[in-house]
Amino acid sequence: MHIFANPARFLSIARPLTPWLGWIGGAMIAAALYAGLLITPPDYLQGESVRIMYIHVPAAWLGMGGWTGIAVASLMQLIWRHPLASVAARAIAVPGALFAAICLVTGSLWGRPTWGTYWEWDGRLTSMLVLFFLYIAYIALSSAGAERGSSDRISAIFGVVGAINIPIIHYSVEWWRTLHQGQSIGLGGSKIDSSLLWPLLVSTLGFSLLFGAIVLMRMRAMLAETKVEARLKRMTAE
Amino acid sequence: MAVKAKNQRLILALLAVAALVGAALLAMSALKDQAAYFYTPGDAKKDHVDIGRAVRLGGMVQKGSIERQADGVTIHFVVTDGIETVPVRFTGIVPDLFKEDSGVVAEGSFQPDGSFVATNILAKHDERYMPPQVAGEMHKTDSLEPQGDQGKELK
Repeated sequence: MHIFANPARFLSIARPLTPWLGWIGGAMIAAALYAGLLITPPDYLQGESVRIMYIHVPAAWLGMGGWTGIAVASLMQLIWRHPLASVAARAIAVPGALFAAICLVTGSLWGRPTWGTYWEWDGRLTSMLVLFFLYIAYIALSSAGAERGSSDRISAIFGVVGAINIPIIHYSVEWWRTLHQGQSIGLGGSKIDSSLLWPLLVSTLGFSLLFGAIVLMRMRAMLAETKVEARLKRMTAE
Repeated sequence: MAVKAKNQRLILALLAVAALVGAALLAMSALKDQAAYFYTPGDAKKDHVDIGRAVRLGGMVQKGSIERQADGVTIHFVVTDGIETVPVRFTGIVPDLFKEDSGVVAEGSFQPDGSFVATNILAKHDERYMPPQVAGEMHKTDSLEPQGDQGKELK
């Protein structure tokens, strides 16, 4: 990781990597959604509403994975003072919040026909909503820090502390009795039949690649912005 | 013995993370009972849930227990956790997934005679997803025709 801490070297890799991630991810999402919405059979209980899972599960995965990324980047920033770590954490926050929101909305739309309710305050739903609020707070905190030009050590600490919610979301369905069903895919295999499963894996991978492309784009934009500001400052000084 | 600044930060960060995880685990295990979304019939009996208090009762709908009453909108059924059972009465519209031998969460209150009157019924979905053909081969569950196998255990 230390090799990429140099912004110039990072940019020389990130620039060509961005379109590859974006286009391959986009193609995988398109293929998975076509298969998931039109080809795969319906579920024996839920019927057609099972297809919401092809968006809902990748969104949940990226909402949680995004904060894990923020926490790792924040730790690197606090310990090794990598110049790119705080940029990476801030770049992850916005798409992470977006996917957490998509997860909540699609889950709610699935819950109405399946459970008979849009929203219930059970362990899984509540902890996921808390994750969304954490993202909003992180975005506010880190952009306020960036505007003042102060070090973003406070948002880094917030990023690490907030990560405690990730295992809580994951284990909520095991620790507490919840309305949300337990985990379908674990180390012991999948409780989703293979005919319904493969588009889910493709769309999860596709959305992950797209997420990577968005993060790289945002990091490049932030680095460019810093460069512009530095140049403007030099020009006014002359 | 001088410790390098970045190693010192690494040690501090690891200690802080360990303390954080410990604190969170303690908090979560203390929450364990309060954060449960519903009572199972066994818990309700053990905890002596007050009569008339608004609570949720969850479990499996016992096979063959759904009885539709003459008025067409009231149903009687039995919620079970594999050991204890509670008879439930509900007037209203149930979700599509409400059926025998599948998960249910009923909102309502216990009555003096030990039965439960529900004001709302939620269906609980489990973590298994499969197409109808596969499900048909595995276990034929037609909700209207009980076929006499035992109710699944609630995990």
